[in-house]
Amino acid sequence: MRFELDIQKRMRSGKEEFLLRSAFSSSDRALVLFGPSGSGKTLTLQAMAGMLTPDEGVIRINGREVFDSGKGVNVPARQRRVGYLFQDYALFPHLTVEQNIGFGLKPLFGRLNGRGRRRVRELMAVFGLEKLADQKPSTLSGGQQQRAALARALAPEPEALLLDEPFSALDQPLRLRMREELSGILKHFDIPTVMVTHDSDEAESFAETVVVYRDGSVAGMHSTRDAARRGESLSEAIRAEVALAYE
Amino acid sequence: MDFVWIDFTDAAFVQPLLLTLKVASLATAAALVLGVAAAYALSRRSFIGRDFLDAVCTLPMVMPPTVLGYYLLVFIGRKGVIGEWLLETFGIRLMFTWQGAVIAAAVVAFPLVFKSARAALEGVGRQYENAARTLGQGELSVFLRVSFPLAFRGILSGCMLAFARAMGEFGATLMVAGNLPGRTQTLSLAVYSAVQAGNDGLANTLVLVISLVCVIILMTTGKLLQPRF
Repeated sequence: MRFELDIQKRMRSGKEEFLLRSAFSSSDRALVLFGPSGSGKTLTLQAMAGMLTPDEGVIRINGREVFDSGKGVNVPARQRRVGYLFQDYALFPHLTVEQNIGFGLKPLFGRLNGRGRRRVRELMAVFGLEKLADQKPSTLSGGQQQRAALARALAPEPEALLLDEPFSALDQPLRLRMREELSGILKHFDIPTVMVTHDSDEAESFAETVVVYRDGSVAGMHSTRDAARRGESLSEAIRAEVALAYE
Repeated sequence: MDFVWIDFTDAAFVQPLLLTLKVASLATAAALVLGVAAAYALSRRSFIGRDFLDAVCTLPMVMPPTVLGYYLLVFIGRKGVIGEWLLETFGIRLMFTWQGAVIAAAVVAFPLVFKSARAALEGVGRQYENAARTLGQGELSVFLRVSFPLAFRGILSGCMLAFARAMGEFGATLMVAGNLPGRTQTLSLAVYSAVQAGNDGLANTLVLVISLVCVIILMTTGKLLQPRF
């Protein structure tokens, strides 16, 4: 898997202007976009998923061009084949857990086919959601909501998974447990992942490569491999970045 | 005053009632389709002239019904822009028909659906629609499976208000469809005629029925608008 991205986007809210200049390229399977809030990491993730259209630039996911302003390419979100885990999970409140997970497999008119039903059952088993199949998301705990949202994102078998601050909606003790659980799940599904976080511990425990964001631009990139070559660890590099960001 | 109740099977009561239900239902259905479509377009797209279009869509709510009636005469009257074409091409006459009453009621009811639908659709979190898109869904699917169901209660309450408004429509209907007993005389027009003719018993019954229906609609609407999730 290879993520390649070089984009620009000018945004305006009131009189404030924000310039996003985001560029990185990595062939690692676990990428973390790390930085304080408002530094442009979530906007970058949204651009990868096709929810935000950059003013100019190129985005390639696994060699597949999903955006290229020069060639007029802009693959719509529905055809990018990336799963997206929203910060607040965005489970459909009017549907049950089972219907949420099967959402991307069901045709507009008609019902889930046999293969789709099997896939939903399989995912509910992996995520331990069988008993909650008929419940509405509002009755679920934070951890259960996250599992349901992950299962929903993985159901259509995406080529990559994008996670936007996956643990920020959880309490601290649960956060640690879900972090381990997520690592296990990602290993199980063996899917390339890009995760946005402002938490250095999360970045450290998850990343093969960390892309550091500051004020809308990429301020640095660290990979486990490069750090090891220099005889450092990734966590040292991240800690140095944190010190820089909050000095 | 004469409070004598009239026979509920009396044609003077039944005919306007059935006609009113037919006209108000069809007008509400038309207002629903057009109102929701307009609301979705205006809440999801930003373009030059959006505020102007929003004002135009709301206009029938604040304009005198007689002015609306006049506009309708200009458009669908026998010599009107659309009316003349309809008559010559299809032989369809809208003036002084119940179909004309449907159009008048639909125009008057439209802003109520439009306003409610717009507010309800604005309230649907964009992340739900984006979630559906990342799950491979096209725009029609996003609307039918996510936006519409999540805005459904607001839209339904708008429809009920629109139905009540369509039932009570008087001014524009009078100008476009007239007040022909058995053909275009709806409940509110029948009340007017009954009072004019000194038939207080009929007027009382009609007024009571209209009031009751409106109270039921308002109470149901209030229930619908209570938060759910």
